[in-house]
Amino acid sequence: MSARGATTDPLARFAVSSARRRRDRIARGTILSATLIALVPLVLIIYYLLHRGLGSWSSSLFTTDPTGNTFFKSSSIGGIKSAILGTLEIVALASAISIPIGIGVAVWLVEYGRASRFAHTVRFFVDVLTGVPSIVFGLFIYIVLIVGTGSTYAGYKGAFALALLMLPVVIRSAEVVLVLVPAALRESALALGAPRWRMISSVVLPTALAGMVTGVLLAIARAAGETAPLLFTAGATLKTSSNLGQFMNSLPVQIYSDVTSPTTAVEHRAWGAALTLVVMILIVNLIARLVSRRSRLA
Amino acid sequence: MLKYGLTALAALILALIVYFFVRLVGEAGPAFSKAGLFGFTFGNGWNVSAERFGALPLLVGTLVTSALALLIGVPVAVAGAIYATELCPLRLRTPLTVLVELLAAVPSVVYGLWGIFFLAPKLQGAEQWLADRLSFVPFIGGGLVTIPNYFITGLILAIMILPIVSAISREVMSTVPSDQKEAALGLGATRWEMIRTAVLPYCRSGIVGGAMLGLGRAIGETIAVTILIGDAPQLGRHLFGQGYSLAAVIANEFGEAQGLHRSALFAAGLVLFVLTLLVNGVARMLVARSARPTQSPLAAATLLTDTAAGA
Repeated sequence: MSARGATTDPLARFAVSSARRRRDRIARGTILSATLIALVPLVLIIYYLLHRGLGSWSSSLFTTDPTGNTFFKSSSIGGIKSAILGTLEIVALASAISIPIGIGVAVWLVEYGRASRFAHTVRFFVDVLTGVPSIVFGLFIYIVLIVGTGSTYAGYKGAFALALLMLPVVIRSAEVVLVLVPAALRESALALGAPRWRMISSVVLPTALAGMVTGVLLAIARAAGETAPLLFTAGATLKTSSNLGQFMNSLPVQIYSDVTSPTTAVEHRAWGAALTLVVMILIVNLIARLVSRRSRLA
Repeated sequence: MLKYGLTALAALILALIVYFFVRLVGEAGPAFSKAGLFGFTFGNGWNVSAERFGALPLLVGTLVTSALALLIGVPVAVAGAIYATELCPLRLRTPLTVLVELLAAVPSVVYGLWGIFFLAPKLQGAEQWLADRLSFVPFIGGGLVTIPNYFITGLILAIMILPIVSAISREVMSTVPSDQKEAALGLGATRWEMIRTAVLPYCRSGIVGGAMLGLGRAIGETIAVTILIGDAPQLGRHLFGQGYSLAAVIANEFGEAQGLHRSALFAAGLVLFVLTLLVNGVARMLVARSARPTQSPLAAATLLTDTAAGA
């Protein structure tokens, strides 16, 4: 950098040249506008979901099953009751399967496995599970529970597929929280003469509870929106069912089939169903955020 | 007792994954043995009625749309992360982060719904204009723009991978030691020069890793792609035409598939699985590596003075 002209200020040669200042301003402007661009789709999606979805919300949407009729007016195509209840049932069963297993594996990783080679292998395989495309989970369950047993689709098979999908999320998030439990707490429990299982069940797990709940809720939110693993496991159907051994409808699958056979009335229902699904997922997310604030760790 | 029970549980997970993989290979066997591993994966033509299965058009569809997603999504995501960590007022940081993460809460099928009924029809005119202007470029211009096409799929995938790429970029950027940033500013760097010389080189492999994780997501994404890419089982002639992808073919055809066709779909699933495995493996390696500094503050300072001298 050379001092330009006959300036008397000795610090002038350290001043930021106008070219550099201009470049700084351009770069910052570009970064800001890219950030704003990232928010455009969000605004548009939320706007259209509310605009089209609220327009299609009505009491009959929530209280009637789809009729399978697609060529008539909106009054005869039916609602999404079976889809809402199906999603709740399938996700509840998936949670009941994946939460105990996932937290069990996380406790093992933190309390027993630690840095052993076997623990590293387990972590590696859990990471592999995280990256598996959701439709491949559907194929796995199809092979084992449908080809393997020679039977057909059922609600509980969809729940198994979602449980597989949730498992790595539950394990990894619980592990992160369990690691944060202070060693001093563990040591005091052991020093008081508590056996290992007692230390885990009355000290480690209660301390980590809020954090683990957050991870679990995020896993549930993710699973609730998945379509692909349910297509060939739970199937698609019209009727409300409380029997997890039969075909079971779900919101994502209902939206998917409504999108692919669009008459205006069916498209209308898809937006209502989509808004319902997003609201359900956001509620779970919101609870997760609130719980994580109450966490005693981190 | 608890110890053995939990160990067994962990072992069970391993056994389950291995079992799934072996069964998937078994189911895909007939398709592979008919066309050969290479012939299936890179054969051109997916003809159900002729029982001829070559996955090249699907593979190309998957790769083209995912590459497009990276091309559009990563710069935007990284810029957003830079803005959130280095430039934006502290008060705005949390709301901005929460907003971008909201994108991750939207289910795939809703992206598909929004894409096919809102975005694709709205952009069709602009795409046609672009295709006409670029008609001299092979594979991109010319031809008639259809509503489901590669480009719109890539665009939606770009939106879908934004949250993860942005979150990981933000994470690695927050690990840059403030000494290093302050050193750059202390040497007289402007904000942008500080970002370019002190922040970005430090985070490079982390950002690339984040982009690769996004790529893994994009490759495996099923329902949004199925809705938006169309269902043309041959190589699309241009970017604005219909295509097919590995995940989409499974979602679309598996319900009615029998015999060799079903085996071919399992094989497509296996190709998809292996592809995401490779991409995610590389991604994890890169993200893990960026946990340690790649460049010393001194080197950053040297770089800074060099560029300042050149200016």
